[in-house]
Amino acid sequence: MSSAATLAWFARHELRIAWRDWLGMMTSGRRSRRIGVIAGLVIVAIVMHLLAYAVIGRSGDPLVAPAPTTLIVISASIVLGWALVLSQAIEQATKVFYARGDLDLIMSSPYPVTTVMSLRMSAVALTMIVLAFVMVLPFVDVLALTGGTRWLATYGVTIAAALSATAMALLTTIALFRIFGPRRTRLAAQVVSAIVGAGFIIALQVGAILSYGTMSRFAVLMSDHAASYAPRPDSILWWPARAVLGDSIALATLLAFSLVLLGIAMAVCAPLFGDSILSVAGGSVATRVTGSAAPFRARSPQQALRRKELTLLRRDPWLVSQTLMQLLYLVPPALMMWRSFGAGGGTALLLVPVIVMAAGQLAGGIAWLSISGEDAPDLIATSPLVASAVMRAKIEVVLIAIGVVLTPLLVPMAVAAPAAALIAAAGAAVAAIAATAIQYWFRAQARRSQFRRRHTSSRIATFAEAFSSIGWAAASALVLMSPLVAGITATMVLLVLALTYAISPRRA
Amino acid sequence: MMLHVPTSPAETTDLALSLRGLTKRFDRPVVDRLDLSIMRGEFYALLGPNGAGKTTTLRMVAGLLKPDGGAISVLGVDALRDPVAAKQVIAWVSDEPMLYDKLTPMEYLEFVGGLWGVEAAASEQTARELLVSLGLEAHLNERCEGFSRGMRQKVTLAGALVHDPKLIILDEPLTGLDAVSARHVKNLLRERVARGRTVIMTTHILEVAERMADRIGVIASGRLIAEGTLDELRQQIGEGNSSLEDLFVALVGGETIAA
Repeated sequence: MSSAATLAWFARHELRIAWRDWLGMMTSGRRSRRIGVIAGLVIVAIVMHLLAYAVIGRSGDPLVAPAPTTLIVISASIVLGWALVLSQAIEQATKVFYARGDLDLIMSSPYPVTTVMSLRMSAVALTMIVLAFVMVLPFVDVLALTGGTRWLATYGVTIAAALSATAMALLTTIALFRIFGPRRTRLAAQVVSAIVGAGFIIALQVGAILSYGTMSRFAVLMSDHAASYAPRPDSILWWPARAVLGDSIALATLLAFSLVLLGIAMAVCAPLFGDSILSVAGGSVATRVTGSAAPFRARSPQQALRRKELTLLRRDPWLVSQTLMQLLYLVPPALMMWRSFGAGGGTALLLVPVIVMAAGQLAGGIAWLSISGEDAPDLIATSPLVASAVMRAKIEVVLIAIGVVLTPLLVPMAVAAPAAALIAAAGAAVAAIAATAIQYWFRAQARRSQFRRRHTSSRIATFAEAFSSIGWAAASALVLMSPLVAGITATMVLLVLALTYAISPRRA
Repeated sequence: MMLHVPTSPAETTDLALSLRGLTKRFDRPVVDRLDLSIMRGEFYALLGPNGAGKTTTLRMVAGLLKPDGGAISVLGVDALRDPVAAKQVIAWVSDEPMLYDKLTPMEYLEFVGGLWGVEAAASEQTARELLVSLGLEAHLNERCEGFSRGMRQKVTLAGALVHDPKLIILDEPLTGLDAVSARHVKNLLRERVARGRTVIMTTHILEVAERMADRIGVIASGRLIAEGTLDELRQQIGEGNSSLEDLFVALVGGETIAA
């Protein structure tokens, strides 16, 4: 077989594995679920298109001479999308290091490591293109329908953005690996990914708050101030926006630049990735000495269990990055509250839904880790503890963890706006309990490392958890403004929870 | 071909484990009305071909699987009626070491001690001694995430022993251990038996069973087909100086091929 044919054969193998992996993730390995998944995807696509129409249905008018504001908004949207893709690409690139799978087999074959790495990197780029397409597809379709086919050029920009984001992600990941070493790269990558993903949108909000006293991101982008600082209309910085608006030269240049960037990144990173993987292989994680050998001095078996869970949560890399992300999203409303401190508690209400939402989402994750993600199930099952005592201790841990994360936010809030703090605390408690209950009803034995796939075990649980968090956040936000509407919202959430319980496995 | 199954009331008072009519079905009977008695202070090896029902039997004893029928008595405690009391005196080690990657061996052992209600200071001391005896002194405060399979297995075994169980159930405990580590483990188990503890172990390494076990039980298709000391098994098969491997093949040869 020629090297080109071998490469094609290898690429086909990679694609087949990736496809089956995705299919398995979507259907949990059950063939009977395929039709349901297809139907679900079609429904989601329709809903997304309707939503896109509602948001930008009137924005697709042909523009003969794009105004600076239009270019600013389009450019900002591109940067936002690019940051999100970059965030995902960093995570994907990190997996190349740590997801062993068939890597040992491939690395031991008489196949050049750099070629294997190049293929894996190409796979990351392809995944990012698909992801970016999924993100923009409804919006581009609506713009093309309402404003003409030239908006289809956005797909080209999307490919360019995905390629350049992948290139940046590869370089970032290899840099992290070199700086932090194999032991901490995964955690560092998750933190960087969280900051990159949320950073741009938060920066826009912070800018809007500091300049205009509003949390609207568009306040900054559409202001005269921004227009006055914008580059000249013929600046190269507008090329991505111009490409979106159908400028074919700008689009071709952008695509060529992105391809070259990815090529350079792959050429630089492939041998370095190969070396790094060889340094990780054999023991994917180096030994880590824990500073103090403080024993689990527990007064009871339940306390031993709680301490174990809390220690594992504290050392969980996913939780660290997720908590950071949730806290990052709290920055703009907190800043808003600080800025208007003393002007009444009205702005504090902005924090309420964000805190409640964060509590629900964090509780769902922590509850999964604590209740389902048990790495030594036999040990717990053979211990002289009744199952209900084990479960009670685990649930207590979830609520303690949420309390630890939220208390530093709620205490200053209570000083500034006691009523809002009370509502936020109550809403957060209810949202956390609801998310924990859902995880309890749908618990399924798994390893903690399978956390990222927890959503595939039950779509119902995933939907219910998301609906519950959003619902309780909305109800909490409405309590002071419209108690009646808040009551209706809360009732709806309770009904969904009751329905979820009714169709859950409900194992005793 | 049954040998020496104690059933008299006088004998049962000294029983560490008694199974009567134990049954478990999945799509077929995996454990089929199994009767088994193991004395206190005995080292018992449970052998059988793949799929014979050894692990299923031991998982039911450890409280990890509910039987479809029969009775389990652990040191006189009805394990089905009072599982918590039975678990208090049992330790279970499977062939697949299950640890918490983010805990150190010391933390893991102290956690296990906590679960069994062992006083913290005593637990810490015992944990240290056990880990040192298994050659893990250099890794006491390293997180388990970077450990080899053998190291993980040793930590799991130390965890099982930290609360000084009276009945130690081991399912292929030597899997993944090097010769030196296996020796450490065997010494540790011998020492426990010498202190009056009971060990029941499955293994495919027949030489280990031959050297260590006081009695050997051979199970096939969920039923006990032979039991006794090595000499008793030899007499039963009628082959004077046969190795355990020869006896095992003679007993379950057809089963093994079928499996």
